[in-house]
Amino acid sequence: MNKKIEIKNLTVNYGNKDVIHNLYLDIFQNEVLAIIGPANSGKSSLLRSLNRMMDFHPTAKVSGDIKLDGESIYLDEDSTFLRRRIGMVSPLPVGLPMSIRENVLYAPKMAGCKDQGELDFIMEDCLKKAALWDEVKDRLDGLATKLSGGQQQRLTIARALSHHPEVLCLDEFSIAIDPVTTMKIEAVLHELKKNMTIVMVTNVINQAKRLGDRTAMMLHGSIIDLDSNDRLFNGHVKDTRTKEYIEGLFG
Amino acid sequence: MEIKVTEPAPLAMEWRQKKKEKPIAEKIVEGIIKTGGVSCIVLIAAILFFILKESYPFLVGAFNFKEFFFSEEWYPASVVKIRYGILALLAGTVLVTIISMLIAVPLGLACAFYISEFCSPKVREIYKILIEFLAAIPSVVWGFIAIMMINPTIINLFDVPIGLNILNASIILALMSLPLIISVGEDALRAVPETYREAAEAMGATKWEVATRVLLPAAKNGLMAAALLGVGRVLGETMAVLMATGHSIQIPNSIFEPGRTLTATIAAELGESPKGGEHYQALFAIGLVLFCLSFIVNLTADFLIRGRRQ
Amino acid sequence: MFRPSNHLLNKEIKEKKFKNLLSTITFFLFLPALIIIFWLFVKGYSALSWDFLLMDPIQGMTAGGIFPTIVGTFWLVIISVLVACPMGVIAAIYLSEYAKDNKLTRVIRLAILNLAGVPSIVHALFGLGAFVLFMKMGTSILAASLTLAVMNLPVIITSTLESLKAVPHSYREASWNVGASKLQTIRYIVLPNSLPGILTGVVFSVGRSAGETAAILFTGVAFYLPFLPKSVFDQCMALSMHLFTISTQVVGVPDAYPFATALVLILLILSVNSIAVGLRSYFRMKRKW
Repeated sequence: MNKKIEIKNLTVNYGNKDVIHNLYLDIFQNEVLAIIGPANSGKSSLLRSLNRMMDFHPTAKVSGDIKLDGESIYLDEDSTFLRRRIGMVSPLPVGLPMSIRENVLYAPKMAGCKDQGELDFIMEDCLKKAALWDEVKDRLDGLATKLSGGQQQRLTIARALSHHPEVLCLDEFSIAIDPVTTMKIEAVLHELKKNMTIVMVTNVINQAKRLGDRTAMMLHGSIIDLDSNDRLFNGHVKDTRTKEYIEGLFG
Repeated sequence: MEIKVTEPAPLAMEWRQKKKEKPIAEKIVEGIIKTGGVSCIVLIAAILFFILKESYPFLVGAFNFKEFFFSEEWYPASVVKIRYGILALLAGTVLVTIISMLIAVPLGLACAFYISEFCSPKVREIYKILIEFLAAIPSVVWGFIAIMMINPTIINLFDVPIGLNILNASIILALMSLPLIISVGEDALRAVPETYREAAEAMGATKWEVATRVLLPAAKNGLMAAALLGVGRVLGETMAVLMATGHSIQIPNSIFEPGRTLTATIAAELGESPKGGEHYQALFAIGLVLFCLSFIVNLTADFLIRGRRQ
Repeated sequence: MFRPSNHLLNKEIKEKKFKNLLSTITFFLFLPALIIIFWLFVKGYSALSWDFLLMDPIQGMTAGGIFPTIVGTFWLVIISVLVACPMGVIAAIYLSEYAKDNKLTRVIRLAILNLAGVPSIVHALFGLGAFVLFMKMGTSILAASLTLAVMNLPVIITSTLESLKAVPHSYREASWNVGASKLQTIRYIVLPNSLPGILTGVVFSVGRSAGETAAILFTGVAFYLPFLPKSVFDQCMALSMHLFTISTQVVGVPDAYPFATALVLILLILSVNSIAVGLRSYFRMKRKW
């Protein structure tokens, strides 16, 4: 299988606090990798290292190397282009203070897309994928900040899809979304993985089970277990804590 | 469940594939922004530099440390013997600062307490607008008020020959520094977490007890900073004290005697002193003293505020 | 029946007294401000007329009007804001969006703090040394405006910084996350949403410069000029300075004149500040988040 992302010896700390130590991880092309683990185990920091959001953190320090398609993501000083290739959905819903239409088209416009036909297509396509189209198609020019939390979360997903990233990172995307809609989006993600690689952090074990091809278990800044879902969720664990976590004994 | 997912847009998508260098225009603008950030350092350094530059000949020439700081004889234009002693001016500055702060700090903090702890939000808004309004009155208008309003009032009330004196200036300065003290003090009080108050009130403490035993210690640094910023404001005030102190170079024996401050001396004499002359340079030296004083006061206030946040 | 003990009743009375004391103090602190305005109005109203606003001062400034001083104040304020506003906004953008948590940033913050704390008369000395003499601008509107601009810079930086910080960080992250560059994020997300606050701060600083006297004393303002300024290299008269002059330096000015001048100055500043307050509440209502 094709390695899409290789993480080598990644260490992240905020000030004096280590959140990830010496982490190695390969992510394959077109797979869905689920990352589970209790709070504060460094899952979000790992995701945010992938698209170099850590660059913007005032005290964060990242060492080690991450390769995308065999090329270090730290090659360019500017990380803007990298973030066009690696999309990110943050756990909190954020509708930018502009219209719904502008929200979805923000990324393509910033990347320099000017073709109106293409923009229209992207907007409808992405809103449909995020299961939001039916709810907002009549008020595309309304303020996005006036949408409900769940709607804003789906708008965030639509925005992340709008620039067709090669890798899509989802950080607990379903926190603010009701179960039925979550299922719809999960179905879409299942389809999307034909064209992209998906890394998702989730607190819902069943979601990892349903969606993931492989699942990684993180604890205290390290990956303590990583295997295909077939094996991991059927008792083939290297570390007993993984089993305990999956069974809900701690976390 | 049947969800139809479109393949990646069948359209061009060229904008996505192109790896772009940062545009030149963007680099230039970012360069300008970074320069703009550093410009503040350049400015403060320039202020120090130019004041030093203008006062330099005096500092290496006629300047005598002992005379300058410990003599109250300021006779820069004397025909017999020119003397540059700023003790009287320093005393004037210190006196009006202390007295005005004695008036303004307790009142201002009481007011901050009221606005932050007792007021309904509506009344608070009104007071905030009033504070802004009070802060907006320019110092020359305050000076005018000192001459026209407080001057006769003092003469009538205390039966003294002149009303333009230390007391007058202190009252005016107290009024001028109040808005600053109130708003910084209020910020400090509101920064105390609500849980502190709730915990104390749950134990049956009265508002008075909450204020003195909980809020005062918790907001101590911020309140001190409020007072210090008030000192900084008063120290540097020029036009109002120029008009209110009554313009006589002496160490005042009582608050009903006139005096003069460092700032007022510069404002009053710089216009008459020939540019580049010794007197002119000595006035710049006074400016240097003022610069250093305000520097110390502001640094301390900032240190206190930062200490509170950490 | 439940009856509060004496102890509790006493406590309640004490509490009330404390509150009343504080509210009385507060009320009487603000009373002077209202009295002052009222009093200026009463005393100055009789001299206030269109003639007063639109005529030159005559007979050694003991009669006539204040027209040139209004023109001069206008020049000074406009130029100083035109200089200070872009500089201040740029510096604030640097501090809020680019500055890392390091020594340089700390030094910049201290510099702004001290710039704000420098006494206005020291600013005047700086203006005299730097603009009037060193850059050879002479005592001119330009030199005075630049001095005012330096004074206003920290004010504008601080208020701009506050408005920039008021834009939620999550907006910036959302914008970066979809591949917008830092500058694009500033241009399309941060600035549009903080513009109202920045504008309000700038308008407040206009009011502040209009009343400033000490900083323009030796850098560009004359006691009396028989003509209006034609370019930025001319001197000018200023409203604040004129009030100082006719209330302390000139003998034989009719009583109502300085009062009317003070009234005009206060009303000018108040109306500018009301615009700022109005803008602020208007934008607060229209806020998008």
